[in-house]
Amino acid sequence: MNVEDRTSIPIHIPNPEAPTPLEAARLTGGARAEDIESLQLRAAVYVYEMPVRIWHWVNALAITILIVTGYLIASPPPTMEIAEATDQFVFGYIRFAHFASGMVLTVAFLGRIYFAFVGNRHARQLFYIPVWRKRWWKEMIFEARWYAFLEKEPKKYIGHNPLAHFAMFTFITLGMTFMIVTGFALYAEGAGQGSFYDSWFGWVLGLVGNSQRLHTLHHLGMWAITLFAIFHIYAAIREDIMSRQSMITTMISGWRTFKDNRVE
Amino acid sequence: MAEIETFYEVMRRQGITRRSFMKYCSLTAAALGLGPAFVPKIAHAMETKPRTPVIWVHGLECTCCSESFIRSAHPLAKDVVLSMISLDYDDTLMAAAGHAAEAALEDTIEKYKGNYILAVEGNPPLNEDGMFCIIGGKPFVEQLRHAAEHAKAIISWGACASYGCVQAAAPNPTRATPVHKVITDKPIIKVPGCPPIAEVMTGVITYMLTFDRMPDLDRQGRPKMFYSQRIHDKCYRRPHFDAGQFVENWDDEYARKGYCLYKMGCKGPTTYNACSTVRWNEGVSFPIQSGHGCIGCSEDGFWDQGSFYDRLTTIKQFGIEATADQIGFTAAGAVGAGIVAHVAASALKRAQKKSQDAAKKEEV
Repeated sequence: MNVEDRTSIPIHIPNPEAPTPLEAARLTGGARAEDIESLQLRAAVYVYEMPVRIWHWVNALAITILIVTGYLIASPPPTMEIAEATDQFVFGYIRFAHFASGMVLTVAFLGRIYFAFVGNRHARQLFYIPVWRKRWWKEMIFEARWYAFLEKEPKKYIGHNPLAHFAMFTFITLGMTFMIVTGFALYAEGAGQGSFYDSWFGWVLGLVGNSQRLHTLHHLGMWAITLFAIFHIYAAIREDIMSRQSMITTMISGWRTFKDNRVE
Repeated sequence: MAEIETFYEVMRRQGITRRSFMKYCSLTAAALGLGPAFVPKIAHAMETKPRTPVIWVHGLECTCCSESFIRSAHPLAKDVVLSMISLDYDDTLMAAAGHAAEAALEDTIEKYKGNYILAVEGNPPLNEDGMFCIIGGKPFVEQLRHAAEHAKAIISWGACASYGCVQAAAPNPTRATPVHKVITDKPIIKVPGCPPIAEVMTGVITYMLTFDRMPDLDRQGRPKMFYSQRIHDKCYRRPHFDAGQFVENWDDEYARKGYCLYKMGCKGPTTYNACSTVRWNEGVSFPIQSGHGCIGCSEDGFWDQGSFYDRLTTIKQFGIEATADQIGFTAAGAVGAGIVAHVAASALKRAQKKSQDAAKKEEV
C-alpha cells in the first residue's frame, strides 16, 4: 500500500484487508462457541506505522539512559580509585552516554517530526492539541472522570485518548523540546564559544543569565519527564487491562484491536 | 587634548628606561594573549597616543575591586595608573578630598566630553530615590548618570556593577541595580568577579588604550579574552573529574590527594572567568588550587544559587527551600503512592463489576 491508500482508509471502519479469523482456532480446537463469536466481533485498525514504533522505543531507551546518567551527573557516584586518573574515565563515560543519548534522541525526534508530514493521520496527533474543539475538551473531562472512577466504562479510541494526548503533547512535544534546547545550551558550554552548538544554542545561556540556573532548569525538566514516564507506563498497562482496546501490543505491532463490538 | 603627554613620555619622565618599557610592552602583549608581532604595535601606540582620561566612581560596594586592581602584577597597577591612563577622579585613590575632589570630577567631564572612560565600581540602589548610597551629598545614581552622559564607554568593574552582587541578592531591599540597567545608551564592558582578577582589570584597560577600541565581548558583554571559558574548562583537577574521583568530605583522603571538588559544590563548571589560567596574586594560586571549590563569584546572581557547598541549587518557592532533587523525589513518591492507590481502586472496581455482571447473568 502506498501512502495515499493508507491515509485514505477511513479509520472508523474495520480494516477490510484483515484476514478472516478463526481458521486456526477451529482446526486446533480449544475455542468455545462464544470465543469464536467474540473473535468475529473484533476489528483491527493499523494505527502506528513502523517509523513511529521504532521512534517510540528508541526514544524510550534514550530517555531512560538520559535520566539515569543525568541524575548521576548532578549527583556523581562515590569516588572510585580503579587506576590513576589518566587511566580511569568513569565520569567521562557517564557524561559520554548522556551526550550520545541526547544526540540520538534529538535526531530521532527530528525524524519523528519529518514523519508527521509523510505518515498517516495518527503520526500527526502528537504535535498539536485541538484546543479550539469543544468536543475534545468534553472528551478529556470524560476520560479524567473514567480515571477518577466516576464513569462506569471508558470510550473506544483509535489514536490517543484526549487525556493521554494532552499529556504526550505537554511532556514529549513541549517538554522534550525544552530538554533538547537547554541540553544543547549546556553542551555548548563545553564545546566552546564559536562552536556549532554555541552559535545555535548559546543564546539560551544569555537568556537565563547564569549557567547554574540553566542546569537547575534542565534538572527540573528531567524530573518532569520522569513523572511523565511513570504515569505513562502505569496508564498503558492499566488501559491494556481495563480499556476497550489494545495498548501495549499496539505499540509493538501497530495494530489497534478492540475487545467489543459496540460503537460507543 | 594636546596638553596630555603620551604614555611613553610619562614613563620616561618617571625614569623608566626604554629597555624596561619594551619589556613592559612584551609582558602586556603576553597578558592579552597576543603574539610577539604585537609588541612593536603596543610600543608604537604608547609612544604616540595621549593618555586616556578615566573617571572611576564608587557606588554600593566593598572596594574589593580597587584592592584587587592595585595588586596587578602584569602590568603593574602603578604603570597603569601613572602611565597609561590619566586617572582624573577616583575618590578612593585620589589625593584630593571633599569639594576639591568633586571639582576634579566636574573639570574632567567638562574638559574631555565624549572622550573619557567611565569606570564604575559598585552599583546604584534605586529605592527611596537612591538614598541608600550618597556621594558628595547626592544619591550615587545621580553622579553615575551625570558622569555617564558624556562618557565614551563604561567599564562595569566587578560583580556589583555587572550583576548586582550581594546587595542585589534576594530580597534586594535597596533595589541595588547593575549599571547596564540604569545606563542603557552607552557601550558597557562587564568585568565581573568579586573581585575581578587584577590582571584581567588592567588587561582590559591596556587593550582599550593600545587598540583604541573595546575588546571583543561575549553575549553577556564580557571581554571574550578572559571570560570565554569556564574555570572548569582549564582546571588542573579536570582529570579527576573525568575519572570520577571526587572529594567526598572536607579534609578526607581524597581532599589531600587533590581530587575534584565537584561534590563539595565547586561552581567551576558553571562559572566563566580566567582564574584557572591567570590565577591570583601574581599567579600564585586560585581557590580550587587552594583546596576550596569555586563559588562562582563572576556569575549573575551568584548569591541566589543556593549554598556554595552544594551542586544542586536551592529553589525558593512558597517559602519552602528545596533542591530540584528533593522536589523530584517528592513528586515521584507522591505519583508512585497515587498509582498504588489507583491500582487498588481499579482492582476493586473491576472485581465489583465482575460480580455485578455475574449477578446480572444469573438473573437472565
